[in-house]
Amino acid sequence: MNAQLVQFLQLSLNGVAIGSIYALVALGIVLTYKATEVLNFAYGDILMMSAFIGWGLIAVVGLPFWLAVLITIAIAAFLGYMLDRHIMRTIVGQPQFAGVMLTIAVAFMLRGAVSMMFGPTSRNYPTPWSGQITHLGPLVIADLSLVILATALLVTALLFLFLRYTQLGIAIQAASQNQLAAYLCGIRVKWLNSLVWGVAAAMAAVCGLLLAPTALVDISLWFVVLKGLAALVLGGFGSVPGAIIGGLLIGLIEQFAGVYLPDGFKEMMAQLVLIGVLIFWPRGLLGEAHGRRV
Amino acid sequence: MRFDYDTSYADPQRLLRYRSQWIAYGTLVLALIAAPWVLPPYYVGELNYLFIVSIASLALMILTGYTGQVSLGHAAFMAIGAYAHAWFLNNGLGFIASILCASALTAAVGLVIGLPAIRVSGLYLAMITLAGALVTEQIIGRWKDVTGGYSGLSVPAPIVFGFDFGSLRAFYFLCLFVLVLVLSGLLNLMRGRTGRAFVGVRDSEAAAYTLGIWVGGHKVLAFVISAFVTGIAGALLAHHLQFLTPDGFGLTLSMELVLMVVIGGLGSLRGAVFGAVLIGLLPTLISKIKPALPASIATQFGLETFVFGLILALFVMFEPAGLNGRWIKLKVLLQNFPLYRRNTFRRGKVYMHSERYR
Repeated sequence: MNAQLVQFLQLSLNGVAIGSIYALVALGIVLTYKATEVLNFAYGDILMMSAFIGWGLIAVVGLPFWLAVLITIAIAAFLGYMLDRHIMRTIVGQPQFAGVMLTIAVAFMLRGAVSMMFGPTSRNYPTPWSGQITHLGPLVIADLSLVILATALLVTALLFLFLRYTQLGIAIQAASQNQLAAYLCGIRVKWLNSLVWGVAAAMAAVCGLLLAPTALVDISLWFVVLKGLAALVLGGFGSVPGAIIGGLLIGLIEQFAGVYLPDGFKEMMAQLVLIGVLIFWPRGLLGEAHGRRV
Repeated sequence: MRFDYDTSYADPQRLLRYRSQWIAYGTLVLALIAAPWVLPPYYVGELNYLFIVSIASLALMILTGYTGQVSLGHAAFMAIGAYAHAWFLNNGLGFIASILCASALTAAVGLVIGLPAIRVSGLYLAMITLAGALVTEQIIGRWKDVTGGYSGLSVPAPIVFGFDFGSLRAFYFLCLFVLVLVLSGLLNLMRGRTGRAFVGVRDSEAAAYTLGIWVGGHKVLAFVISAFVTGIAGALLAHHLQFLTPDGFGLTLSMELVLMVVIGGLGSLRGAVFGAVLIGLLPTLISKIKPALPASIATQFGLETFVFGLILALFVMFEPAGLNGRWIKLKVLLQNFPLYRRNTFRRGKVYMHSERYR
């Protein structure tokens, strides 16, 4: 194989690995958006906080990796549940902007709290796959990336099965389609909404724990939420499959932009895609048609 | 209690209607004029900064508070105004010509960023402005020939008609003058035809459309006006900072501007100034109370961010009308003193209603 093709395949592989994290982030945001119509700007900070909790449990407390992962996910889920139950619920019925402001406020508080507790230094924690690589023909891939890919697939599949085949999942779908009708059918809408926030926060924890070993456990981890938003918009706002496809595409676009476009485009690419899609193609790939209701 | 008796058609059009208002605002103006001689220099510098962010906050209030167009990236306009002003000054333009050119350039960028507002609204607009601000910051960092990149760009002293406004006290009066100019301009804008149209677009696009208001045009116009005024604020900020780096105009400043508008109270110019004063002073206040806190908390960087978030959360949850809402409540309480009813400002119960199809 020639070098060009190898490079192309290698970039695609890296892009899919990083893109699957973006897809998970977008998925978590779209879940809460569909359930409560709140765009969760605090998602990145829940993710970042989970990474810090994971680091604390592994490196400071000294728990085994798997136990630490489970505890972190549980803490994040509890936090997400409480966030909806005690904070987001107070502004139900107010304009969408209030939800944006409140999640930004929560994001600031989480960011401030984490930085007060852990300080500004970056850190790292060991995983069972750190530093190992696998050769696929001429391609090289870190085991961690494979784990990320596998986890993303697993989480997506679990979520799909949960929403499609369990009674609870179907109730969540019903509540997100029409809250009043769902309520009249005897569905506990408030509780379900909090539950969805909990599930989304648990997914944020998974993302944080996956992302932290590839980057570093750092305050700036929350920036991934901006990539997630780009993925969401590209895939079509409010569409679950769209979020996944958008995430993978953003990952690929970023990797290719880093090599084939001038220096500096890699950092901007996700934002440029977001702007471009919203201006020229607001529906995105799989978005719902935007009806105008007076 | 005070009742409004209009004895001529000019009465309701006056900006200051009552003697009490003349006295109150007159006292404020006198206090502000005396301030640079009374206060220590550090606080005069703080006041300069407050005036500048007040201008920016007023600009964002026109856009977000009155027209209902969310912008999470207004720091980008400040950055463009500041850099353009510094560049024009360095290339030999006079102060007034330079500040006007810089603001016009910012307004042009506002036009470009505002155009999507015709097609997208709400959350989409929030995201597009946020992304625009991030891209602008990157571009300023990379375009080294004009902006100096991350190594920075120095700003010449402001010289107007041969007089050097570089000293702290002179610059104070320059900022105050511009703030008063902007404030009176916007006050008049908001009570004129255009301002009424803005409010109409905010409250109901369909109703505004029915009344013959060009909805898309007014949205873009709000962006342009807001960007123009923000450009002025940016140009003044350039002189205040004296040295520009891209980091100064990042996401934090954008968020602070939004905080000012929300905490001040959406839909009131007075609120914009209140919010700017509170948020602008908060870092100073926090550094003042830091010695009283335990050392483990006081020495960390996150305290400021945390307090910003806490204040914003409390306002959104418990006082959506912001500081201006509090102000009005206090005024009504004092005006009707023994007859104040607790339920005057009681909020009705609200239910979830979908904005998904807008």
